[in-house]
Amino acid sequence: METFSTAMTMAVGLLAGFDADLMEIIGLSLRVSLSAVLMAALIGLPLGAALALYRFPGRGLVMVGLDALMGLPPVVVGLVVYLVLSRSGPFGVMGLLFTPTAMIMAQTLLVIPIVAALTRQVVEDLWAEYSEQLRSLGAGPGRALPAMLWDARFTLTTAVLAGFGRASAEVGAVMIVGGNIDHVTRVMTTTIALETSKGDLALALALGLVLIALSLSVNGAAHALRRHAARGFA
Amino acid sequence: MKAANDLAEAGVQAADRADTILPLAVKDVAYVIDGKRLIDGIDLTFAAGPRTIVLGPNGAGKSLLLRLCHGLLQPSSGRVTWQGPSAGEARQRQAMVFQKPVLLRRSARANVDYALKLKKVAREDRRRITEDVLARTGLAAVAETPARLLSGGEQQKLALARAWALQPEMLFLDEPTAHLDPAATAAVEAIVGDMRAQGTRIVMTTHDLGQAQRMADEVAFLHKGRLMETTQADQFFDHPQSGEAAAFLRGELRW
Repeated sequence: METFSTAMTMAVGLLAGFDADLMEIIGLSLRVSLSAVLMAALIGLPLGAALALYRFPGRGLVMVGLDALMGLPPVVVGLVVYLVLSRSGPFGVMGLLFTPTAMIMAQTLLVIPIVAALTRQVVEDLWAEYSEQLRSLGAGPGRALPAMLWDARFTLTTAVLAGFGRASAEVGAVMIVGGNIDHVTRVMTTTIALETSKGDLALALALGLVLIALSLSVNGAAHALRRHAARGFA
Repeated sequence: MKAANDLAEAGVQAADRADTILPLAVKDVAYVIDGKRLIDGIDLTFAAGPRTIVLGPNGAGKSLLLRLCHGLLQPSSGRVTWQGPSAGEARQRQAMVFQKPVLLRRSARANVDYALKLKKVAREDRRRITEDVLARTGLAAVAETPARLLSGGEQQKLALARAWALQPEMLFLDEPTAHLDPAATAAVEAIVGDMRAQGTRIVMTTHDLGQAQRMADEVAFLHKGRLMETTQADQFFDHPQSGEAAAFLRGELRW
């Protein structure tokens, strides 16, 4: 228990002193996860909305697949991206393995199913309400899609936040494709894993506190959005 | 008086359109779901001119008939056909207002603008038309208000303004005042009257006899998915042709 309180004191000290190493790790984590979520949103939002609005053979299969991919283990995604980017893989010549870019790619793949599957559900529910009116106005799925995304914007923001939660919390994918290299690809979750196994709890605990704070703010933002939306704006 | 003349003149012009898509012909139309014939054997023609009120008890198939006419549903058998060389554009020449208005989550003005954008109306024309219909429906003051924050009556007026902006040759209204108080109902009826004066053909469902009497030129009476009669309004309310309509008017129809 003494080690815990000592570690806690040191952790708070690191945070309060804006320790350079700590800040570098937090910065890279945010850069990787925010980039991944941005990419995933750009792909997942239209993809999910299209799945909700278009009818085509195999649609049911795609939907089940997407829902299943939401629970995809990060280590598996990491492994796939590793194989694709490794020296002997199809994109090996690009030399991306063990770079932040590789980490962004892996997390993007991890978040796309979450954003797309949640978007599909949200837009499908909204379409049930809108479809007659929009069809009456002459809007087919293609014309309706941007309007549906815009009208679902508050709910969809929570879907994107859920994606950010997943990206910032995962350790398996970034560990495999990033390699946890000091000052290069070291992020909060991989540092926690490493430092804990080394028995150096202060840094791990400080990063843990940051992750908890991050999770709280993300969920707080989602909650505030839902309340704003409930007041009739969405 | 001048305004009334202008409106009447505009009405004549619209009705005289050489490339009209009217009359709308409904031929032996049936709509079947799970073996139930919800609409059956309907033959009906909507020629340019009169306001038709589709009347009938709950579950008679009034809303279904409107959706079939408007093309939101395809008949299981039979045909719904528009006429003339422009029949292919019928989709753009008609509009529908629903019992519960569906408005986009944006301002009142933007809701009207969106409908015009779908019709590929040029930006400056969209501005002019939007201002015009919002003023005509008494919504100019709430043009920037999010549509979902408007009152029920204002929302339905906005749905009418949006339909009006499209300058439809045919307007279907599915119980547009069912959820509204008397003042809002009167406002909606007045707007429909103005659109009619500008030459829009009106087909509206209601189960409100008073409203039917105020608005109808002719009445199409539906019962259990079948068209019992289509009769001039004054004649319908005094001497309906079918026993079912007579019972409905007495408030005795069972279904």
